[in-house]
Amino acid sequence: MKRFFAQCYIWILLIVLYAPIVFIAVFSFTESKVLGNWTGFSTKLYSNLFTGNMQGTGSLMHAIENTVIIALIAATVSTILGTIAAIGIHNMRGRAKQAIAFMNNIPMLNPDIITGVSLFLLFVFLHISQGYVTVVLAHITFCTPYVVLSVLPKLTQMNPNIYEAALDLGATPFQALKKVLIPMLKPGMISGFILAFTMSLDDFAVTFFTRGTIGLDTLSTYIYTDARKGGLTPELRPMITIMFLGILLLLIVINMRKIRNTNNAVK
Amino acid sequence: MTKRSTWALPYAIFLVLFVALPLILIILYAFQDGSGNFTFGNFTKFFTDTDAIETFALSLEVAIENTALCILLGYPAAWILANKNLNRSAVTIVLFIMPMWINALMRTLATAELFHMLGVQLGKGTLLVGMVYDYLPFMIYPIYNILNRMDKSYAEAAQDLGATPWQVFWKVQVPLSMPGVVSGIMMVFMPTVSTFAISEFLTNNKIKLFGTIIQENINSSMWNYGAALSLVMLIIIGITSLLQDNKKDVSGGIV
Amino acid sequence: MKENIIELNNITKHFGDKCILDNVSLSVKKGEFVTILGPSGCGKTTLLRILAGFGSADSGEVVINGENITDVPPHQRPVNTVFQRYALFPHLDVYENIAFGLKLQKVPVDEIDTRVRKVLKMVSMTDYEDRDVESLSGGQQQRVAIARAIVNQPKVLLLDEPLAALDLKMRKDMQIELKEMHRKLGITFIYVTHDQEEALTLSDTIVVMNEGKIQQIGTPTDIYNEPQNSFVADFIGESNILNGRMVKDRLVEFAGHEFECVDEGFGENVDVDVVVRPEDIYIMNKTEGAQFTAKVKTCIFKGVHYEMLVDTDTRHELMIQDYNAFEPDTEVGLIIRPADIQVMKKERICNTFEAEIISEDRVKFMDEEFECKPQTTFAPGQKVKAEVKFNKVELIDHPEDGMLAGTVYFLLYKGDHYHLTILTDDGYHIWVDTNDIWDKGDLVGINIAPKDIKIIKCDD
Repeated sequence: MKRFFAQCYIWILLIVLYAPIVFIAVFSFTESKVLGNWTGFSTKLYSNLFTGNMQGTGSLMHAIENTVIIALIAATVSTILGTIAAIGIHNMRGRAKQAIAFMNNIPMLNPDIITGVSLFLLFVFLHISQGYVTVVLAHITFCTPYVVLSVLPKLTQMNPNIYEAALDLGATPFQALKKVLIPMLKPGMISGFILAFTMSLDDFAVTFFTRGTIGLDTLSTYIYTDARKGGLTPELRPMITIMFLGILLLLIVINMRKIRNTNNAVK
Repeated sequence: MTKRSTWALPYAIFLVLFVALPLILIILYAFQDGSGNFTFGNFTKFFTDTDAIETFALSLEVAIENTALCILLGYPAAWILANKNLNRSAVTIVLFIMPMWINALMRTLATAELFHMLGVQLGKGTLLVGMVYDYLPFMIYPIYNILNRMDKSYAEAAQDLGATPWQVFWKVQVPLSMPGVVSGIMMVFMPTVSTFAISEFLTNNKIKLFGTIIQENINSSMWNYGAALSLVMLIIIGITSLLQDNKKDVSGGIV
Repeated sequence: MKENIIELNNITKHFGDKCILDNVSLSVKKGEFVTILGPSGCGKTTLLRILAGFGSADSGEVVINGENITDVPPHQRPVNTVFQRYALFPHLDVYENIAFGLKLQKVPVDEIDTRVRKVLKMVSMTDYEDRDVESLSGGQQQRVAIARAIVNQPKVLLLDEPLAALDLKMRKDMQIELKEMHRKLGITFIYVTHDQEEALTLSDTIVVMNEGKIQQIGTPTDIYNEPQNSFVADFIGESNILNGRMVKDRLVEFAGHEFECVDEGFGENVDVDVVVRPEDIYIMNKTEGAQFTAKVKTCIFKGVHYEMLVDTDTRHELMIQDYNAFEPDTEVGLIIRPADIQVMKKERICNTFEAEIISEDRVKFMDEEFECKPQTTFAPGQKVKAEVKFNKVELIDHPEDGMLAGTVYFLLYKGDHYHLTILTDDGYHIWVDTNDIWDKGDLVGINIAPKDIKIIKCDD
């Protein structure tokens, strides 16, 4: 009985939570300009989205391209920078370690708007013209702390003698890093990369303040400008639907693997 | 110190340049007028502008209400999800986590569109409901995490000492899950108090929140006033983060 | 005769297919210090949890103080538990942790105070009441956990491996304190451990468990001196366990010689297991008086005594502990006194499986079809028994090369060979005698030759 009520609560919450996305998904299969007005089944919005053939808003595809490229660059650089930093931090002691750990926390604690405004002021102060480069730099700034925090626990879990053992067996420090340390840190690096990638994909405020005036758009800023112009461009409906399904699929795959792994471990 | 500690150096320099210096610049700009002279003018302007103060108060109010609603709705959900007797499916957990992975603007826009379709008047009500939509998963996740990882022997020990299931809940499990609630507050309160796009979408620009004012000032080149407002927000954030005991981080990974 | 405070009747518990407790019955007298002893996974913690109310048995009943409490929830049971890793509430300080139970019972504040201070004194933690529990050392946390349980004046105190997390020195000190506390409080202690030394030191009664069954119940001296089976003999202390044959009453043959003993009633020419403790074998320079001779293989100084391995004249290996050292390669004489020979009934003399005839030369048991010697006595589909001698089971390194795969679950050295218990992947036990050396946990393949499967009629 208790279980029944509990399940009811959970599912009502989920239904309410997912209602908007479900409506968007349903109305992605009709051509109507406004949501709620069903003008018959059509996949035209999907074909528009993929051919880039949209009523006056051809830059959506471009914005998506920018978003993905920026996220890939930011996540890659953050993963390299963050992993090296984590190894360094792990080997530090005392005040210096505390100071760098504190600084590492700031971008995570700061609201996006503060990070955005502060970086905006930095670029203004240094007279750097804002555009692609500044956006990427800004993304690296708020992504790297997550990589550091993903890699550090792997270092603490690691037997401290492992690196020494590699050296003892004749590896050069570089070989020990490549053949022993990096493989052991890989899970942390991968989750750091994924985290950084999604943080970058999701970002709006920081990009908004650091993109300058050259007309650089990511998906978020595109949606923002578009929405301020009034209403949702119909082509965003298939876009949201596809992203939603993509992430659902990704999460299912990840969790299935997790469950299977734990099952195997039990065996 | 081993030599490998120097590996942190590039990142340390990076942090100074892209984290410390920008924050110092906020303070610097906040105390300057347009031509670079030291002044308290930006702050007097803020504290004497009733509109700005009202917006500030409204932002705090909305953020607090949103956080409270998220705890109220989220704690029971997290409790159920973490309880093996009440919920055994991993699917529901994934479904609650998933919105955290979807672009917040997209979700907000979808919510706003739904309101629009249902013919709901956009205003403070829709703002709150929309924000709960956006941030509920961020409250559920850390609480679920801590409840799920909580050593079962605490509950057993309490039962062993004579606690009824209700007493076990209130006297042991709720206090022990507080770090998760605090994490949840951090993950919900901070973004809501500082948001600008979300409130603009959800109220069709009718209600301005503090974030919007900052954004408008920066975008219209009123950098010094914008910096002063950012500093005010930083102080609010600083006060909120005192809540959290840094030693006990429970937010965990996101997946 | 004191009354029984605890009675466990026919407790059975399964987790999935696995039988954790198999029809366990146990009664405990008021005021006793009872230790449940066994290797990990033997079901001892499950039994304790059923007693405390954290787990329910599939069948059977729990009676405490004459009251059937099988279905009573844990918070209403007159027992308190000291948990394995203490489970002190991290959000409460030492005082609040101890007062937790009393506050729930709505005991008046000043009485709570007196009682908490009294137990704090008892566990020598008087000045620690305001401390954060996470700042305490393992030993201190242990004391608080004990104080938190006994302040409620339970009729029975349950202790789940309470000393396992402490270092050796601390463990020894706490053992003495626990014994002293038991004497002062006068309540019943049920203590779960896998440490045989702890059990021997602390207990009035030891309950030895293995594979969900009680193997033996007795005083520490009984358990040590008169183990009832080879598992108990091997688990408690060091021992030489050998295959033997009861020639007649008071005469047993093992290691190739006949010895006088004190056991009777086994019958004549019956296979038995024989246990001789290493300190009970007298070792001397080779003289006429010895019962048999041996050659010293190794000699190690163990602090108080020397531990020697010797090869007897009949090629059996024995372990001997003595205050005198005999150098390797010395020829020595050995004597074992009748009272020091413990004769045990064999649990089984060969593997016996319930089987089904598939065809003239195939038989199925342990969920697997085996080839056997062609026979016509039994028709296909008939239920029979298959017997396989211990030394006819072949073990191979690669599990995938065997007809069955399994794990070495338990091993016993019997002087001239090993006696292994193999747990197959499908959950069956096979017992194997072998001269090869295996370790516990090794994965093995199992083969049985057709000629070694003996098919006999079912008794019923």
